[in-house]
Amino acid sequence: MFTLRNFSGFLSGTLRLITKGGRLYYAWVGFLLLLIAIGAGAYIGQLKDGLIVTKMRDQVSWGFYIGNFTFLVGVAAAAIMLVIPAYIYDWEPIKEITILGEMLAISALIMCLGFVMVDIGRPDRFWHIIPLVGRLNWPQSMLAWDVIVLNLYLLLNWFVVTYLLFCAYTERHYVKKLVLPLVLLSIPMAVSIHTVTAYLYNGLAARPFWNSAILAPRFLASAFCSGPAILLILLQVLRKTTKLTIKDEAIFKVAELMAYTMGFNLFLTAAEAFKELYSGTEHMVYFQYLLFGLKGHTTLVPYAWASILCGLVAFILFLVPRTRTNWVTLNIGCVLIYASVYIEKGMGLIIPGLTPDVLGDIYVYRPSFTEIAVAAGIFAIGFLAFTLMLKAAVPMMLGEFTITKGRTPVEAPPQEI
Amino acid sequence: MTDHKPECPIGGCEPPATIGGTRREFLGAATAAMATALTGCGTLSKEEFLQHNFRELSKQEVLDVIARLEKEYQAKYGREVKVANTPAIPGVIFGYALDLSRCIGCRRCVHACVKENNQSRDPEIQWIRVLQMDKEEGVNVQHADAYYNPEEVPQEGHFYMPVQCQQCKKPPCTKVCPVGATWRDKDGIVVVDYNWCIGCRYCMAACPYGARHFNWGEPHLPADEVNPKTHYLGNRPRPKGVVEKCTFCIQRTRNGQYPACVEICPTGSRKFGNLLDKDSEIRYILENKRVFKFKEDLNTQPNFFYFYGV
Amino acid sequence: MRLPTLSTLAAGLLILLGPAVFADPPAAKPLSGTKVEGPAAPEGLQVPSPPFSEGIFPCTSCHDGKSMKPNLKRRELTDMHTDIALHHGPASRWCLDCHDANNRDSLHLASGEKVPFTASYQLCGQCHGDKLRDWRVGVHGKRTGSWNGPKQYLLCVNCHNPHTPRFQALKPMPAPTPPEQIQTRKGGAR
Repeated sequence: MFTLRNFSGFLSGTLRLITKGGRLYYAWVGFLLLLIAIGAGAYIGQLKDGLIVTKMRDQVSWGFYIGNFTFLVGVAAAAIMLVIPAYIYDWEPIKEITILGEMLAISALIMCLGFVMVDIGRPDRFWHIIPLVGRLNWPQSMLAWDVIVLNLYLLLNWFVVTYLLFCAYTERHYVKKLVLPLVLLSIPMAVSIHTVTAYLYNGLAARPFWNSAILAPRFLASAFCSGPAILLILLQVLRKTTKLTIKDEAIFKVAELMAYTMGFNLFLTAAEAFKELYSGTEHMVYFQYLLFGLKGHTTLVPYAWASILCGLVAFILFLVPRTRTNWVTLNIGCVLIYASVYIEKGMGLIIPGLTPDVLGDIYVYRPSFTEIAVAAGIFAIGFLAFTLMLKAAVPMMLGEFTITKGRTPVEAPPQEI
Repeated sequence: MTDHKPECPIGGCEPPATIGGTRREFLGAATAAMATALTGCGTLSKEEFLQHNFRELSKQEVLDVIARLEKEYQAKYGREVKVANTPAIPGVIFGYALDLSRCIGCRRCVHACVKENNQSRDPEIQWIRVLQMDKEEGVNVQHADAYYNPEEVPQEGHFYMPVQCQQCKKPPCTKVCPVGATWRDKDGIVVVDYNWCIGCRYCMAACPYGARHFNWGEPHLPADEVNPKTHYLGNRPRPKGVVEKCTFCIQRTRNGQYPACVEICPTGSRKFGNLLDKDSEIRYILENKRVFKFKEDLNTQPNFFYFYGV
Repeated sequence: MRLPTLSTLAAGLLILLGPAVFADPPAAKPLSGTKVEGPAAPEGLQVPSPPFSEGIFPCTSCHDGKSMKPNLKRRELTDMHTDIALHHGPASRWCLDCHDANNRDSLHLASGEKVPFTASYQLCGQCHGDKLRDWRVGVHGKRTGSWNGPKQYLLCVNCHNPHTPRFQALKPMPAPTPPEQIQTRKGGAR
């Protein structure tokens, strides 16, 4: 039974859990807080002088912020990768890690919204975008769609996570009739947040690099590579540092699924590159800029090839059962695919989309110190949110911290993520 | 005029001495104070913070907003700046035609536009971009150079193509705006409500003509160079962090004048008029000259045409 | 005092070229009844006065027909108007093809019909009929004033020196600042 008293006990217990920890925990949180402070300092400078402190200009009007935003939407969407088998097929081994996936999604969404917030020129007018209060240009603007779906997805995940943990805290099994529909809803929602984000770029005829029908499928395919990659490493860390039992089987199953999505992702990328380069229309210049450089400007070229190479190697590592089940090669593969997608869906998507600009001008964009500092701050906020959620969630999931056993666990949850 | 510091105007960036001190009259709401912090600027009045989308304002609210803006500009520039709200003339849709065979690329239009429309001098914002192109290549932006600077123009083997807002009938920029801060008015001019724009720059990504420009920093406009005849949706001084663009000199054209770029052009390459008036020069051009629309395949349907006069 | 003797050019139409003339377009003057009613109403156009060289007009102050007899022989001018180099059309053309020998304050068409300097476009239009047609409807050349009201035209000679009609090259105004150089103002925002 849900009671207000139980819930307030849950909240105060959570608060107690996140404020008490080992030395390593405090050091990690302190480090994140330091990064947040650095980011906040840089952001204050940006507020004062305007976005001119970034390296974005009229020619390249979106940059590092929006690149990170796009990548993180993918991470958030990837949560369903784990939700689908867990809830639909009631597949036990993966079930425990689903809640972690959802917490990862929440953290990623917090970062997404942070990156959007720091990118807009008038954050003081943020209320203009709130439906009914402001004037949301829905359904015309894809950005309006994005605002809606991202926030709904955030709320949905937030609710499911809170509810599941609350059930664990009150030592009851969750009500399947309530959770299942929500989880079922979260599947199309996860697809939609990344699809809508892809459409945001996709719908712009002015930018041929983005105006491709397979952009949304590419977004989803790459998200299903990078999101689980983070989780795989995380799960191993959790197994080592907490009493959480995660079976090898679960991890290898996720890795196997990732191999398929990675193959598909590479195939889609190749399909896109072939179409542009072989037909050789005037739209080819953006791919040229990305892969080979244009008029002597080759800034992106090493990153682009590094991304392709990392993707290929990771694919092979995940495809071959021997390397997939070897912890060393598996983790190398995870790092490689993460790096690959981070380049591909971040700067590798935004910058060549805008370079050369619509009038043929080539402006070589590199993020400024402010942009990097602010981005680091936002990542720190996301990591902090995830750390705190994990800190509270693990003891509850393990049944160590419940309404009857409301003690603080001695052992600290993980420090490295 | 410039040596005395104006009373911390809106959009100016002096830190406030104390909240609730000398600017007590402005800071009415806690939300406004928070928003002030968010702008990083000194002041943001409650009225400005709470101002709604221009198209949703009542007649009286529009007058109040204009009065407030005029007061702010007076404080900021130490001179009277008039902000008009002239509506579209019924039966008029503006069209523009530019004669590519006559433009010599002298950039008089660019700088006349900057003066007329109170564009920021630093950081530099220019609404017109003149592209120098190779005659051998034809209209191809991948062979364009906007930074040419010879002793004299035109240069052998080149032609010149000025690009500015094409005032599309199907503007991709207004479609994507998440808050409806930009729209196509009845006379075909695509305008921006600088007080409603949130600065997300989605419109800039959507525009195929590079016509939209962002105030990356606090716009700087010397007080003695301010054009005091302004329009709310046109050339009034803009704040930091919003997008701006060519409006066919809305403050002039809605009063019957030609845009500044038409008036300055030494070669008479720029033609302007009412597309609905069959006797206008613009209609004559459309009916008698070889005309093309820039990036026609994107179906933006510009009301800005390029033509060959010879 | 010696009067200009051999001079047979009536008017030295020195053209104001370049930015100077256009920096201050003659648009401000309110002109009435100048709305062009389509290509069919050629005359009655309001035009600025031709850009004469200073002190050269009226031509009859020298060419009064008394102190100097007109010399109709085609020749190179050596005493006056030596600054004029004729780069306009065939080599056989010369001054009196356009300037009227009997009334130096006037021009004449091929038919002999006299045309005042303020209507010189008629003279130009004899050969450049297509340009005259476009000019009348406001498509060739520069027009200022109101798009829906009075307009002011420039004469052909306001932009094209009739003796050297090719449009003169201009010094371009400054190029835009490359994005790399657009930076925070020194000392931050004002």
